[in-house]
Amino acid sequence: MANQLHVEVVAVEEKVWSGEAEMLVARTTEGEIGVLPGHSPLLGLLKEPSQVRVKLAGGEQLTYDVAGGFLSIDANGVTVLAESAVPATPESH
Amino acid sequence: MAGQVQALRRRIRTVKSTKKIAKAQELVATSRIAKAQERVNASRPYAEAITKVLGALATNASVDNPLLVARERVQRAGVLLITSDRGLAGAYNANAIRTAEQLITQLKAEGKDVVLYVVGRKGVGYYKFRNRPVAASWTGFSERPSFADAKRIGDALIEAFEAGSGTDGTFGPENIEGVDELHIVSTEFKSLMTQTANAKPLAPVQVEQQEEKSSELKAAYEFEPEADELLDALLPKYLNTRLYAALLDSAASESASRRRAMKSASDNADDLLKRYTREMNSARQAAITQEISEIVGGANALAAAGSDV
Repeated sequence: MANQLHVEVVAVEEKVWSGEAEMLVARTTEGEIGVLPGHSPLLGLLKEPSQVRVKLAGGEQLTYDVAGGFLSIDANGVTVLAESAVPATPESH
Repeated sequence: MAGQVQALRRRIRTVKSTKKIAKAQELVATSRIAKAQERVNASRPYAEAITKVLGALATNASVDNPLLVARERVQRAGVLLITSDRGLAGAYNANAIRTAEQLITQLKAEGKDVVLYVVGRKGVGYYKFRNRPVAASWTGFSERPSFADAKRIGDALIEAFEAGSGTDGTFGPENIEGVDELHIVSTEFKSLMTQTANAKPLAPVQVEQQEEKSSELKAAYEFEPEADELLDALLPKYLNTRLYAALLDSAASESASRRRAMKSASDNADDLLKRYTREMNSARQAAITQEISEIVGGANALAAAGSDV
């Protein structure tokens, strides 16, 4: 538990992805933030538009293009809430 | 006699084609209910998360966001009514409109002007026919609303709400006819058999506090950006989410209501068919019986006349 971060990516119309990850990287209006397991509770508004990167245990990485999103970190993990979240296309990397 | 049989035959044909339509509508509505419920469930995680987040924020931020504070003097109230685009949905629209009318009467009794916002062609038609002004209307998505639809409505409503009625006689920026509070009339999907129209206040926003273990709620959140700024950004989103949920719920109710109406219509068509078929058969039989007795009578008369000669 301690070295795994529970991540949920939720769009308004559906739950996009949920699972365990090593790290989550997102960009709030204040700046880029990397979230590791055990992060203190935080609410952040994501920059518009921005990408959220989820780093999985195997070194794999999921990237989502997020619009109208914000981020909530609590004891249970990280939730990314967005009006729309779609897997990023290679060109937008 | 033969004419009556013909008329009945025509009638049976009519009832049969009506029944086909009703049956098809019933099947379509049944599959739409399932789809609408799926969408309600899919939207739930977001709704729950944003409610939780706002609950945490509201305890931390100073409550002076215009969307949260009740106005001292309410001059104008906005009412958003959600109806369907198509008819043949039983009492669905009638119930929603009646609930809205009750709310309007009540608001007027409290000395407030009422501004109407309508979703769905049926509601628009109702007010157009009665020559009553509608501030804004949105149509074409009542059966499968998307979040973009909810957002469009939400943005317009928030703009009107933030403008306010202007207690000092001024209208808001760009002469928007603003309102001081917002209500929403939508239909709640309780079960396949029960859907109830009800009115709820939409703004000023009352964040529904979730019952949770207090230790979790009191988690000391950090905010990025500041809590007030965050609240400004999140409240419109929360409002849009509530609108989206209401639209989805109403869509499910519409389909359920239509399914029930169409089911009783096709059941009724079955009864009619049975009755008409029976009537037609007995009319046909009566015609045959009469014909035979005429022939027999004629033959007997001929035979009697022949034996005389």
